[in-house]
Amino acid sequence: MTTAPSSTLRPRFVIAGNSSVLWALLVLALVTVGATVLAEAGMISTSFVKTLGKTLCLCLAAIAMDVVWGYCGILSLGHMAFFGIGGYAIGQWLMTARTTDIVTQNLAGQPLPPTPREIEQAVASQIFGVVGADDFPWIWAFSHSLALQLLMVVLVPGVLAGLFGWLAFRSRVTGVYLSILTQGMTLALSLWLFQNDSGLRGNNGLSGLQNIPGLDQWGQDRISLLFLWASAGALGAGYVLFAWLTSGRRGSAIRAIRDDEARLRFLGHGVEGLKLLVFTLTAVVTAIAGALYYPQAGIINPGEVAPLASIYLAVWVAIGGRGRLYGAALGAALVSLLSSWFTGGGAPDIPLGFYTIQWTDWWTVLLGLTFVAVTLWAPKGLGGLFDLVPSRKPRQGDWGPDDGAWRREEGQP
Amino acid sequence: MRILLALLVALWAPAAGAQTLQDLLQQEPEAISDPSRRTVGEVLDRLVDSGLPEVPVFLERWQGKEVWQRKSDGLFFYAEEDGDGHVLYDISTGEEAGRTGPRELSELKPNAGVRGVIGSALIEFQLSDPDPARRQAALDAIAKDPAPEQAAPLRASLEGEEDPDLMARKERLLALLSARFDEDPAARVAAIEALGADISVEARAVLNQILASRPAVAATLPEDANVARLLVPGSADLPREAAYVMLVEAGLAPPRVTETEIRDALVASIADGMVGETPVATLGTDAARHAAYDAIAPARGLPPRVTEAEVDAAISTHVFWQGYAEPDATVTAAAQRALGTAETRVALWQGADLLLDAVSLASIYFLAAIGLAITFGVMGVINMAHGEFIMMGAYTGYVVQTLVPDYTLSLLLALPLAFAVTFAAGVAMERLVIHHLAHRPLETLLATFGISIALQQVAKNVFGTQARPLTSPAWLDGAWVINDVAGIAYIRIAIFVLALLFLGLLLFILKRTRLGLEVRAVTQNPGMAASLGINPDRIGMLTFGLGSGIAGIAGVAIGLYAKVTSEMGADYIVQSFMTVVVGGVGNVWGTLAGAGLIGGFQKGVEWLNPSNTLAAQTFMILFIIAFIQVRPRGIVAMKGRAAGA
Amino acid sequence: MTKTTFSIAALLAALGATGAVAQDACPIKVGVLHSLSGSMAISETTLKDVMLMLVEQQNAKGGLLGCQIEPVVVDPASDWPLFAEKARELLTVHEVDVIFGNWTSVSRKSVLPVIEELNGLLFYPVQYEGEESSKNVFYTGAAPNQQAIPAVDYFLEELGITKFALLGTDYVYPRTTNNILEAYLQSKGIASEDIFVNYTPFSHSDWATIVADVAELAADGEPVGVISTINGDANIGFYKELAAQGISADDMPVVAFSVGEEELSGLDTANLVGHLAAWNYFMSADTPENAAFIQAWHDYIGDTARVTNDPMEAHYIGFNMWVNAVTEAGTTDVDAVRTAMYGQEFPNLTGGTAVMLPNHHLMKPVLIGEIREDGQFDIISQTEEVAGDAWTDFLPESAVLDADWEKLGCGMYNTETQTCVQLTSNY
Repeated sequence: MTTAPSSTLRPRFVIAGNSSVLWALLVLALVTVGATVLAEAGMISTSFVKTLGKTLCLCLAAIAMDVVWGYCGILSLGHMAFFGIGGYAIGQWLMTARTTDIVTQNLAGQPLPPTPREIEQAVASQIFGVVGADDFPWIWAFSHSLALQLLMVVLVPGVLAGLFGWLAFRSRVTGVYLSILTQGMTLALSLWLFQNDSGLRGNNGLSGLQNIPGLDQWGQDRISLLFLWASAGALGAGYVLFAWLTSGRRGSAIRAIRDDEARLRFLGHGVEGLKLLVFTLTAVVTAIAGALYYPQAGIINPGEVAPLASIYLAVWVAIGGRGRLYGAALGAALVSLLSSWFTGGGAPDIPLGFYTIQWTDWWTVLLGLTFVAVTLWAPKGLGGLFDLVPSRKPRQGDWGPDDGAWRREEGQP
Repeated sequence: MRILLALLVALWAPAAGAQTLQDLLQQEPEAISDPSRRTVGEVLDRLVDSGLPEVPVFLERWQGKEVWQRKSDGLFFYAEEDGDGHVLYDISTGEEAGRTGPRELSELKPNAGVRGVIGSALIEFQLSDPDPARRQAALDAIAKDPAPEQAAPLRASLEGEEDPDLMARKERLLALLSARFDEDPAARVAAIEALGADISVEARAVLNQILASRPAVAATLPEDANVARLLVPGSADLPREAAYVMLVEAGLAPPRVTETEIRDALVASIADGMVGETPVATLGTDAARHAAYDAIAPARGLPPRVTEAEVDAAISTHVFWQGYAEPDATVTAAAQRALGTAETRVALWQGADLLLDAVSLASIYFLAAIGLAITFGVMGVINMAHGEFIMMGAYTGYVVQTLVPDYTLSLLLALPLAFAVTFAAGVAMERLVIHHLAHRPLETLLATFGISIALQQVAKNVFGTQARPLTSPAWLDGAWVINDVAGIAYIRIAIFVLALLFLGLLLFILKRTRLGLEVRAVTQNPGMAASLGINPDRIGMLTFGLGSGIAGIAGVAIGLYAKVTSEMGADYIVQSFMTVVVGGVGNVWGTLAGAGLIGGFQKGVEWLNPSNTLAAQTFMILFIIAFIQVRPRGIVAMKGRAAGA
Repeated sequence: MTKTTFSIAALLAALGATGAVAQDACPIKVGVLHSLSGSMAISETTLKDVMLMLVEQQNAKGGLLGCQIEPVVVDPASDWPLFAEKARELLTVHEVDVIFGNWTSVSRKSVLPVIEELNGLLFYPVQYEGEESSKNVFYTGAAPNQQAIPAVDYFLEELGITKFALLGTDYVYPRTTNNILEAYLQSKGIASEDIFVNYTPFSHSDWATIVADVAELAADGEPVGVISTINGDANIGFYKELAAQGISADDMPVVAFSVGEEELSGLDTANLVGHLAAWNYFMSADTPENAAFIQAWHDYIGDTARVTNDPMEAHYIGFNMWVNAVTEAGTTDVDAVRTAMYGQEFPNLTGGTAVMLPNHHLMKPVLIGEIREDGQFDIISQTEEVAGDAWTDFLPESAVLDADWEKLGCGMYNTETQTCVQLTSNY
């Protein structure tokens, strides 16, 4: 991360000015192309391609989280709520479109041509039959249109984040208080979604999302690659967007909010507007990541927006290293892939003689303790390792997490 | 000769009428071994009519699942377990009648319905039994299933009754029976009025039974109808559709032709791609289908579609009313009056009950959150592992209970032990982790979260994933029942007392001790406190230990009334945060106010929307987010410099 | 940066390699897809252990088709999307021949599209809400007509209940079951205002108000019964509150569909004696088969205090039927095994014989038990074998549907229009 410190010179375009962006895009391209080649050659399974695609979406959510936390200092424990909303929004269209296809096919075989009412009823009873209803709730009003639902992917989280942020920042809620409130927000959302009456199929959520209407003949191997590319594209674009956002004078101001909000305010900067911009923009990007994630996961339900999910997001960013986008992406990728490896029974058991450590049981313990250790002794996270590469220019001032806020020696082991 | 004798005996035995109970039962053994509520009455009548003296005992033991059947010959016995097998006792004489090996007997398990019927049959034997418990059982049987014929034996048994409680109960049941079944309407009205504003479920049940009513419809209101109230079609009482359905069911109007019927009729009439004059391909809308149906209906003898105007006309020419099953209007009027008074009082008591529940919930939240509030106040850190300290406390209670079987003693041991364990854990965590993250509250939050997930999983690995029992001592079983409407479980009262105790203790420590003074000083201004010779490190450590220790106590309390699982902490942690946020940090009163507000609010929403408890929680969180807008620093906010910390 | 590339590449290779290795016919692989962590671990870990025990027993008998059976255990961690991912992994990476797994309906719905896409085979051992018959799933738990309907019949006929409180956790099984029961009760002449319905969140613990509300239902003099589809550990608080408010089984019987021996082990049942549960199996069933099963379980787990329950029996029947079907078919090929499954018979642990029907459900007896003081159940009613019905007859939309994979080759067949609505399932 060697963005030129803000200077009197007009900053160059962000990609040129920040070598980490180039590197990140290069690695991303390599991974995507590599995975495609290997998958086409049958070397890696569809299951793994899906995991990879989902991981890229998580990386995108993680860099958004990094911007809001690592750069702007707002520890949001509710960003996965936006991720979930994105998933729900796209899921509504996927379910409606898929079911309409099935229903029209079936009704076409009937002696009478179906009436619009019959089609709608049949679709509704197929979608909501499992939760004991047979009408479309109001919240599904736009579900017939892909364009409108895509708009919802952006609009709903944008408005929600904007409203929440405006209320919170306006009344100067900061720090731990704000974290708890964002946690409350995602809890409220998940509890609301859990209710059957809210019309989004309660605990069951939306499922079968991996079957993309119109792409039936493609097969999951092709679809998974399509989504891998889409996710990679989104991650790349998100990376550039955030690198640009955090560069130059605006970037300095954002970091200044993290380091000393009051001082920035006294210097005459509009802190609230900037915070709101960062909070809302990252929420929207997270929602887009969610909209790409859930068609690969196949199912979304309220458990996905439970407070724990958002905390995990913070954990990934912390382990990867705050205050650098590649760190966040690295943390998300590494931890989620490792998680999947350990819980999948991939890691060998360790016999201790008197007790055998089974990783399915002990992985979470290891993760928790690693996390404590990282916070204590390596606050820069995995990303800090890159500072050790000798060829790099020495860092001008430490942008590490919270260092600027307090004494310089804090944050060192 | 011998054969002849045997034959003689065989012939003589039934002829002489000396039928034993066993013989009686063997006439229809399936009715005994596999009885049903609907059919067991006959057998019982036969048994009771036989007049055999051992019948009541048999019935009681049958009811108590103490009768066994030998598989080989189907004979019934009383039995006692003895090693693998059983010792048998004759059902008539009670004498030992041999032994059996394993799986040679099957136990008779009459279901609860049958047991109830047996109980009713036993009433007449038990009403004057010397054993008060049996008399009580007979009265319970009457209360459960009142019937007109019970009045006479009940009245007869009044005379010999010595127990004053049972006497009162008998008189009351008699009054209820008379209110419901007496043949003289005046006596019924008197009995109903004597019930007064009785709010017991029993009394209201009798009144409601008298007032049982059903909707009815006719062209004009019949003279003899005992009308509860008239129903207006189209109102919430009786929606228009429902009114028409009633008319159809009463045969007063033709049924509507449904869309499905129209479709089926059209399908049945398809010929050469045409329905009548209409091409099939155009029948893709409701309007087209209706038109096609109307066109073919007369020719094919199909019922015409009922138009909306016809529906309205049919409804307007009929009267709808809710009619009592009880024909006597004086009785229903009296019951209506009595119920009206009772219901006002019931509503008041329900309010009181809700309040008790709210207080109970608030005291649980208070216990769960107060530890968090103290540490947040003093050190400015949120301890995400607080929930896991609650869980540790609960598991400590469980472990103590497995070691000390006496529930009272184990509870008395568990409380201080839970405190000690979580105090130690808290201090260890403070020293090892939090201390090193001073002034970095967000990182502390996350580090403690790491500890939280690790502790949760460790608990799962050690104690397994099943919920563990934490049983309260017998003296905390049951509830303080004020009346049939309001009451609260003793265990909840105990938790309330515990919460009060800790409120007092904390206030005492904070306001009256040196430690408290130092804690308050550090809360207000750590730097200044340090320069006055207070060691903020030590204070931080002690406060953290104290907060964690209280969490441990809360764990035991929550485990007693709910459950002990590795995830129980997670259920309470967010509520606890909210309590702290709403109440304001670092102040015991603030936490109390926060817990009270949240408990009360949640119960209030539950009361408004009783069929959906989830909504209550959603609304609560939205309420909190809104509340923070009004009071960003909680109900009881710190003032001055401390507020900025 | 190069380091990153390497680590990702290494990981890629490590994960990808396993998928590329071709599988031989031996060993036969059995996937076990039960949550070992998270909220459902409480129920599902036991089922994993049962599966391992059954596999061990089968291997001791000489395996299957001359091969040893190798169990592949994965942990979907009570995370529903992870179920789909793990199912795909089991089928494509580990290439298992059959999967035994899932507990919650939502996890089954998550797995369904994957199993149907890849033509896998799943044995689902838990009682569920019905309204489903997938070509690739065998449902060895109870459909509503094998648990809920008989239990309600028992309430109506034997206990003479005329007013019902349907309490459930807010998710699909209670919702659908309660819908079916509401329709069924109304068909039996119970007015809709005599049916009180309440839904609570998972892990709900504050039951005071709800229990008081239910107790108040008795005020109009009708006998009230409670039908509980409350799930998991929320039951503990519920029963504790029932006991505390002194609501005995005589006053107001509670019949539960999700409370078995395992759930009661977290409770002191002294105050709950007489409340009911409906299952296809109770540990207290007095048969030699059951005694042997319990013995084997205790030997395997090394703890005589552990209980057995209904889903364990479902896995026991399901696994043995699968073993017999594979032996009959001479292959583990899914389609061959599926065909061989129809009409498979295996003795129940409670007596009688379970039969696999062409709608992929079992024919099993229904048992109703009363809670005893020792946490076991007194079996007070045991029906003849009841055929599991995929589509309930009590809801108008599904009354016209039928499932028959043997003759009709369809799991959602509209008997009115005589067409197959769809070959895949609703998820």
